[in-house]
Amino acid sequence: MRGEEQRIEEQRLMERELVEAGDDRGDLQADAVVEAGGGLLQPRLPSGDGTGSPLFPGGEAPATHGPEGGEATSAGGIGTLMLRVFLENKLAVLGVALVVTMLLFCFVGPFLYHTNQITINLNLITQAPSSAHPLGTDPNGFDVLGRLMYAGQTSLEVGLAAAMMATMLGVFWGAIAGFFGGVADAVMMRFVDVMLSIPALFLLIVLAVLFHPNKISLMFIIAALAWLTPARLVRGETLTLRTREYVQAVRVMGGKSRRMVARHIIPNAIGTIVVNATFQVADAILFLAALGYLGVGIQYPQADWGSMLSDGSNYVDAGYWWLIIPAGLCIVIVVVAFNFIGDALRDSLEVRLQQR
Amino acid sequence: MQAIIVLFGVTLVVFLLFQFVPNGPVGLARTDLGSRATPFQIHNFIVANGLNLPWYAQYWHLLDGYLHLNFGYSYHRNQTVRALIFEYLPRSLILLSMSTVLALVVAIPLGIFQTVRRNKPSDYVLSSLAFIFYAMPSFVLGNLLILYLAVDHQIFAPAVPQSEGLVQMLTDFHDMTLPVVTLAAITVAAFSRYMRSSMMDAFAQDFVRTARAKGAGRARVLFRHALRNALIPIITLLGLSLPTMVGGAVITETVFNFPGMGLLTTQAALNYDVYVVIGTTIVATVATVAGSLLADILYAVADPRIRYAR
Repeated sequence: MRGEEQRIEEQRLMERELVEAGDDRGDLQADAVVEAGGGLLQPRLPSGDGTGSPLFPGGEAPATHGPEGGEATSAGGIGTLMLRVFLENKLAVLGVALVVTMLLFCFVGPFLYHTNQITINLNLITQAPSSAHPLGTDPNGFDVLGRLMYAGQTSLEVGLAAAMMATMLGVFWGAIAGFFGGVADAVMMRFVDVMLSIPALFLLIVLAVLFHPNKISLMFIIAALAWLTPARLVRGETLTLRTREYVQAVRVMGGKSRRMVARHIIPNAIGTIVVNATFQVADAILFLAALGYLGVGIQYPQADWGSMLSDGSNYVDAGYWWLIIPAGLCIVIVVVAFNFIGDALRDSLEVRLQQR
Repeated sequence: MQAIIVLFGVTLVVFLLFQFVPNGPVGLARTDLGSRATPFQIHNFIVANGLNLPWYAQYWHLLDGYLHLNFGYSYHRNQTVRALIFEYLPRSLILLSMSTVLALVVAIPLGIFQTVRRNKPSDYVLSSLAFIFYAMPSFVLGNLLILYLAVDHQIFAPAVPQSEGLVQMLTDFHDMTLPVVTLAAITVAAFSRYMRSSMMDAFAQDFVRTARAKGAGRARVLFRHALRNALIPIITLLGLSLPTMVGGAVITETVFNFPGMGLLTTQAALNYDVYVVIGTTIVATVATVAGSLLADILYAVADPRIRYAR
């Protein structure tokens, strides 16, 4: 059965004359073509639903899928399978739905629900929820519901951007350290150890004090701390991947180190990277909120959910719950949602380990 | 050895941070002294902190200072950073140890309970609760607790006792409850999940089957055989979660106005009191590294199978 699958695979490859990411032999072909053709990169074939190829280029994906994987005869099939596993996970669907809802709430909401977030209105300060202001008003007379949308834009933008930057830096750092090993690895990973042993919040506070915080600088500051975890993970993956046959084959064929890392090692570690990136978003939003709460994050008149909570906590003794619960709820919802997605992605990327 | 490298590295990171301050030494002086500082004051600041020296001398100055517990001077509080830290650190240690003990006392039985009733409704309920608490930052939880238990129902106080003495602080359970519970709650979630999987692993081991085969009772298998082995990884988890706990303490202290290292750091940060912030960061790092080292040693003591290479 396995041989049959392999034959079908070969035939499919030849027919398309394109290189599937999911086959080591395919990768070798690509290298041969590239070396011969003077650096002309073969386009990576996007598989059926767009999730297969980029997420699952694992060397052992389709060809050695094993007897029980009869349903997955191509990368597209794998993609569909993964999508199905992901969708079967109710919590994952809930997580995606929550994230989409929050994105719509923050970015489309202000077009539907017009509020004044610019001029302070002292006649309207700290009013309890009413029909005019469903979630009341804050100490500056801003509508809290509208403020939540405005603050959410900052939280989500910084969270997503910081997670993306952190992941990219971490991936390159980890891949280079793991691939070259030796002294480079020792020095680079000791640096990561050192940074990780400083309690992150203290370092964030130091950075936020030295570099005056705004939206952009906070993205960089949070990313500057968050890249350590992906660096460690990717280094671990790289250490196992660099001994695989297809990577050694590239070396034998005279492939450059850069090519081995960028085209073979990183794509094969992409599962770990994507899962971690999802958790990074949640962490970045939490860090931003924590900084905002401590008063060294986003500065007034800008706002994020953490700084809203910080403002609200000044009025906690008066029992103004609408200044605390909505912002707190937004943070918890978004973080839980991203955690759900991350867990589900981890499950669906390990699809070949599942007994199906 | 690892710990020494890490500590050395931390001083290097701090030193590098100083190099990247916008506008160099003058910028740092202005950050600390305020924008209306005279050129004379700025000059004094630069000389006093050795910022006019070449970089290697500056680094030596920094290392030499830290080795003598000299973290600089707080111009805002008119005290040395060392005195401030000696004043605030013990209180933070008390908060941290109290909430760690509470977290363990709650999380270990919870993990055992979940293992015994695994995949039953009560397990699912507890797991989802753990998920939510895991995602809830301490400033959200702390403020919610204040709102309901201190303001609406007035059971506990919204802030900790502001007394100077440690003994008074320790004996005032009424006011210390909320901060300790808040800090414990964020770790209980992680601890109980870890305890659950650790117990599950222990149950899958051969010695548990042997014990069962010998005819040991359910309780005996659970507590004598499985639990004792499941507790060992918790030591590592304690070491690993130290940075999170220390970070959580910073926020919890701010929420409850607890005069510890965290509040000291935040207030110094808001005042741009750079040397205080960096001093507390160094101390927190040293404490964290020492804690992790202790956890490693305890791990080897608790589990005779672990031997560190010489």
